[in-house]
Amino acid sequence: MKIKFYFLILLVILNFKSLYAIEPNNEILKNKILKNIRCLICQGQSVYDSQSDFAISMKLVIDQKINEGLSENEIYNYLKGQYGQWISYDPEFNKKTFILWGLPILLFVTGGVIVFRKLIVIK
Amino acid sequence: MKNKFLLSIAIFFLIFCFIVLFKSLNNSNVYVPESTLNKPLINFNSQDLFSTIKISSDQIFADSEFYILNIWASWCLPCRNEHPYLMEFNKNSSIKLIGLNYKDNPDNAKKFINKFGNPYSVNIVDSNGTISIKLGAYGVPETFLINKERKILKKIIGPLNEKLVKEINLIIK
Repeated sequence: MKIKFYFLILLVILNFKSLYAIEPNNEILKNKILKNIRCLICQGQSVYDSQSDFAISMKLVIDQKINEGLSENEIYNYLKGQYGQWISYDPEFNKKTFILWGLPILLFVTGGVIVFRKLIVIK
Repeated sequence: MKNKFLLSIAIFFLIFCFIVLFKSLNNSNVYVPESTLNKPLINFNSQDLFSTIKISSDQIFADSEFYILNIWASWCLPCRNEHPYLMEFNKNSSIKLIGLNYKDNPDNAKKFINKFGNPYSVNIVDSNGTISIKLGAYGVPETFLINKERKILKKIIGPLNEKLVKEINLIIK
């Protein structure tokens, strides 16, 4: 009886190993990329969330690119080359996007200055 | 004085937002990125819709001045509307029409061609949609005008219409 019990514990412990197999590294990378790619025909959704024909095909292509050995950035650049900046949820800093990136910082600094000056007046 | 100034800025800002949003109402939110134009076409392998013989892009893009690559499917309603324009293009000997049958049932695709006519010199199959994604396509219908150097001269998202056909003819001339 005791042997059976120890055997059972051993069996359970050995099975923990297979837990790692649920999501292999490629799958983690694939999901990360899919969440950062916009579904272009169902705007407001990422490719990861969407079940449209476009998204299903895109998932297959990204899978192929990962298997070809392309890095995460190479895949983003490939897709931006095909579909433009709009496909990415993380737009690059350039002359078309500087307001997008700069405005929040400007507003934050302006707000900080206003609060700071008010605090000085109160003191 | 200060309040008036702030009020006028607020009103100006609201009017500005209104104009921007109102103007964008009529604009399509699908755009063709400049980066895809004048770029060489990718190489791909597929199979012929009718003969099921394997065929490569090198074999397809070999013997014409201009190519029109049209992504279509039998289940796509706008594809039916643009079909007469493709039939018209077929009469121009300097253009070779290539059909890319997108995620379709081969039997339905063949029925579609038999019913509406076959404008395509070659009809290839994209059963899982990956060739279309690699071409930078959004879905069906979509049309690419390609020159003999295999560069994409024009990309049309959505069905062809008279205005677009004129634009294509202008480029070809």
